[in-house]
Amino acid sequence: MEIGIEHYLTVGAIIFATGMFLALGKRNAVAVLMGIELMFNAVNLTLLAFSRFSVAPRPIDGQVFALFVIAIAAAEAAVALALVVAIYRHRQTIDINEIRLLKS
Amino acid sequence: MIEDTGIVIAFWILAIMTVANALMVVAARTLLHAVLFLVLSFIGMAGLFITLSADFVAAVQILVYVGAVAVLMVFAIMLTRENWNNEYALPALALAVLLGTALTFAALDTGWPTPPGALPAVPATAAAIGDALLDPFVLPFEIASVVLVVAMVGAIALVREED
Repeated sequence: MEIGIEHYLTVGAIIFATGMFLALGKRNAVAVLMGIELMFNAVNLTLLAFSRFSVAPRPIDGQVFALFVIAIAAAEAAVALALVVAIYRHRQTIDINEIRLLKS
Repeated sequence: MIEDTGIVIAFWILAIMTVANALMVVAARTLLHAVLFLVLSFIGMAGLFITLSADFVAAVQILVYVGAVAVLMVFAIMLTRENWNNEYALPALALAVLLGTALTFAALDTGWPTPPGALPAVPATAAAIGDALLDPFVLPFEIASVVLVVAMVGAIALVREED
């Protein structure tokens, strides 16, 4: 038995769709962030699969892109979770339907 | 094509572990359980990275996601209190299934230009990644460090107690 790039891309597609369901369907802000992290992971898997099955002269570039995605995702997670804690401290909720100060 | 029997078996085990745990994140009863399933999914994803010969990225994945992001999420959950309900579950489910089907179809139906035959083994990637970071990618590398410093200072400033 052998596996090709399609197997990895399919796993990435399923994980991405799961993360999108979390990001769109939950009302807890931390859950939305968890969905976004899952989507980052799926994209990284896709980048690494393309890097491994590449015919490019320098296939290591895909792994460098994945490293940059991980670094930026970590920065995003730190800022977003700090925002969540700060919002909870002021308003006692992190329900994304209740955080609508600019709307009213 | 990857034909090594050990890698093929590892791929199937890790793929099932990663996908099942990602689905359990959605189905978990409490937010804390969801984070634990998310950690298992991250670990399975690191294993998948290793089957793709990306050993350095797999180590970074374990360090950053399992070590740092998961702990941050547990802290945020402990510091807040909110129910973990679905809102718009049906439209979100429909959209996610639609997108997943479309992406899977695109992945399976496209003739990707992959090298013919079995893939050659690659040596450890850390040295090559270091060379790439310091030669063609030196500007993004420096910018990423600035972004990390800004994010760290911003996070500390956001959660600081005001006196």
